[in-house]
Amino acid sequence: MRIKRVATLAAVAALTVGMAACGGDSEETTGGDKDFAAGSTMEKLNKAQKLRVGTKFDQPGFGQKGLTDTPEGFDVEVAKIIADELGIPASKIEWTEAPSKVREDVIVNDNVDLVVATYTINDARKERIAFAGPYYEAGQNIMVKADDASITGPDSFKDGSKKVCSVTGSTPAEEIKKYVKDVGSQLTLFDTYDKCRDALRSGQVDAVTTDNVILLGYIAKDEGEFKLAGENFTKEPYGIGVKKDDADFRDWINTVLEKAFEDGRWQKAWDNTAGKFGAELGAAPTVNRY
Amino acid sequence: MSVIIDNFDVFTGGFWITLQICILSAIGALILGGLMAVLRISPVPPLRAVGTAYVTIFRNLPLTVVMFFAAFGLPTLGSNADFLRIPVLDVVFTRLGTDLPYFRFAIIALTLYTAAFVCEALRSGVNAVSPGQAEAARSLGLTFIQNLRYVVLPQSWKAAAVPLGSVIIAMIKNSALVGFFGVVGDLSSAADQLTSAGGFPFIPVAIGISIGYLIMTVPLGMYLDRLEKRQAVAR
Repeated sequence: MRIKRVATLAAVAALTVGMAACGGDSEETTGGDKDFAAGSTMEKLNKAQKLRVGTKFDQPGFGQKGLTDTPEGFDVEVAKIIADELGIPASKIEWTEAPSKVREDVIVNDNVDLVVATYTINDARKERIAFAGPYYEAGQNIMVKADDASITGPDSFKDGSKKVCSVTGSTPAEEIKKYVKDVGSQLTLFDTYDKCRDALRSGQVDAVTTDNVILLGYIAKDEGEFKLAGENFTKEPYGIGVKKDDADFRDWINTVLEKAFEDGRWQKAWDNTAGKFGAELGAAPTVNRY
Repeated sequence: MSVIIDNFDVFTGGFWITLQICILSAIGALILGGLMAVLRISPVPPLRAVGTAYVTIFRNLPLTVVMFFAAFGLPTLGSNADFLRIPVLDVVFTRLGTDLPYFRFAIIALTLYTAAFVCEALRSGVNAVSPGQAEAARSLGLTFIQNLRYVVLPQSWKAAAVPLGSVIIAMIKNSALVGFFGVVGDLSSAADQLTSAGGFPFIPVAIGISIGYLIMTVPLGMYLDRLEKRQAVAR
């Protein structure tokens, strides 16, 4: 009897320890099954279980912070895919606002680990930081009032009679300067796109120009009032900004992006965010490994 | 620092636009502010009320709000500020005559805002003149305008010069806001353009535009110091 009792107690104890061990394992698998090269950025981030991401807080569809704690949008979803591949849960991502002016500075000063913020890849920026991707190809376009047929593309500004609006310091503003006959009498710049839309509405300007996805966000919100005039006339590849000399991290992110293009996560991220404005995602871009 | 040298044309273009805005707004503010100061010290109560109302409104509204009303409220009221398209002036100040109204709106906003402060600066100078002077002028039979012109205002300059100078220098710095309300290419939006689209580091660009503003404000300060010394009435 006594031996049986002791044996039963021992079996119960063994089972309990076994179950506790099982419970312990399932908590560790998110971090445990990611294997990175020793000393690489990926390993450091995985160990720290924290990813600092810079993104926009005011771009509908890409990075917009409403009343919730975290921003939402396509850029945000791409960052979450990267965090997932790093073995970091989405709740451990630290979001910082990275307005256009400071996107290089926050990387160089190590305030964030990467920047996903409608960040167009260009050579001037590559002098200070490096880009992984592109993960999306936007294009510059023009938004006009729905009943305006006189503007069909950037060349409509060459005769000097049409006025166009954009945002200070943006690449579309620099680009449209090439098509405008006289900057002083045709181009006006504000600090936000909302003001440009108000100026278009009241007739002070004839068009608003910026990346097509931002315009589609406004067209979707103000039903029937505006439309796109013509096709995209530039290519704006959006990339992920990382430190200039961290080639391993850049390479690894490129691999993650290629995987996400193929297994549908990228498409799903688009459909849940900017895709709701009715824009086509198009074919997956080819990442640029340089 | 090579940023400044490589993009020198951006800085000089911005400097020129900001200089235009500041000159036009300063002239407008001095004229309007002087008028309001006279209204505020006049012996006629309704005129005093108008002056006080003007100062109360425009001294207490933030400049950003005034610019908002100018850039977005005026078009709603149907005005393109066409009265500012003065024929001779818009040869030199080319942006005055364009279809785009935002340059004129910016000047209107800066003028209205700064005029309130100019009015108060001039009035503080007038208050510094001892009341016996005005009383003596009245007893000599001078009218109110003659009183101001020959007795009070010349003596008020010593006390008014310094605050007036500060107000104008503050206006030059406030002109940095016009880039956010439709004016293209002024000095501080040159910084925006270079750091955002151009991707240049921020500190050299900030030093460049600071030098631009200092070129405008430091000589003005020195000129006012000289004026103060020359015009001071011996006591």
